[in-house]
Amino acid sequence: MSKSDTLELYEVFLRSRRGLDHKHVGSLHAEDPEQALEYARDVYTRRGEGVSIWVVRSNDICASQEDDAESFFDPSNDKPYRLATYYELPDEVNNM
Amino acid sequence: MNDKILQYTIRLGDDSIILGQRLSEWCSNAPFLEEDLALMNVALDYVGRARMYYGYAAELAADGRSEDDFAYMRDQREFSNLLINELPKGDFAYSMLRQLFVDVFNILFLPRLAESSDDRLAAIAAKAIKETRYHLRRSHEWTLRLGRGTDESRQRAQHAIDDLWGYTHEMFDLDALESELAASGIGVDNASLRAEWENQVGAILDEAELKIPEQQWAVKGGREGYHTESLGHLLNEMQSVHRACPGLEW
Repeated sequence: MSKSDTLELYEVFLRSRRGLDHKHVGSLHAEDPEQALEYARDVYTRRGEGVSIWVVRSNDICASQEDDAESFFDPSNDKPYRLATYYELPDEVNNM
Repeated sequence: MNDKILQYTIRLGDDSIILGQRLSEWCSNAPFLEEDLALMNVALDYVGRARMYYGYAAELAADGRSEDDFAYMRDQREFSNLLINELPKGDFAYSMLRQLFVDVFNILFLPRLAESSDDRLAAIAAKAIKETRYHLRRSHEWTLRLGRGTDESRQRAQHAIDDLWGYTHEMFDLDALESELAASGIGVDNASLRAEWENQVGAILDEAELKIPEQQWAVKGGREGYHTESLGHLLNEMQSVHRACPGLEW
């Protein structure tokens, strides 16, 4: 039986220390979420990297596509007024 | 008494290193990558445990022997591991069911050893308990997966149980040395763990829709150095580097 018949792909997110965000660290194959969590522990936290793990079925992630780039990201390129650096501050305003 | 604690410690070290070595045969051979890494974590936990026991044994012996001497310079008649640890790795179901039987045993044994009046044994046990909880979580889940999986996985799991069952009795057998150490609060009275072990294993096998065999046979002898033919082959491989280049370091 090939791997793809029974196993699903999961994305793994680790929180390395309390107070920090979970960060994406990679992916792995597992049969269900519980097994994915255990494998995430075995594959990604062998050297004390984490205090909390999330696993998410890769299929459940809705991701932006390369084709979306034009409509998603380009429009902000010509709107420099959205950046604070666009504005000249009067001298009276210190420490911005 | 010191010599008896030494022997007892070597036995526990032997159990750990032989099972660790056996499990490590799955390295690069597990069903898939994630399981390969997970299994090797468990194997390394056992090798680490063996180092703690042998390290303590070396101190107790105080005759210049090191942990390496215990692991690499003894022959099979001198090894005193329980037979269940040395049996070949078999198929995946066989290895997993063996882990289940050993893990449930350890989940009961280690908390008791952690109460030993010997501080060092107690400390080693306390450290090992956490690892064992995780090991059992894995072997428990795999038993369910195999038992309730396909016809083939259920058959293989049941065969494994039928083949292994006769080797589980030895875990609860006490010889004179172990009885004496148990009575003096240093060792564990393994026989007293049996009922609870049967409860827990029975419940898991039930849950997995697998059966405890009705057979009555039992094999023992490991503690006295009487082993199955598998141990010699295992030691041959495990000790080959050290025997070819004694004392080599890198």
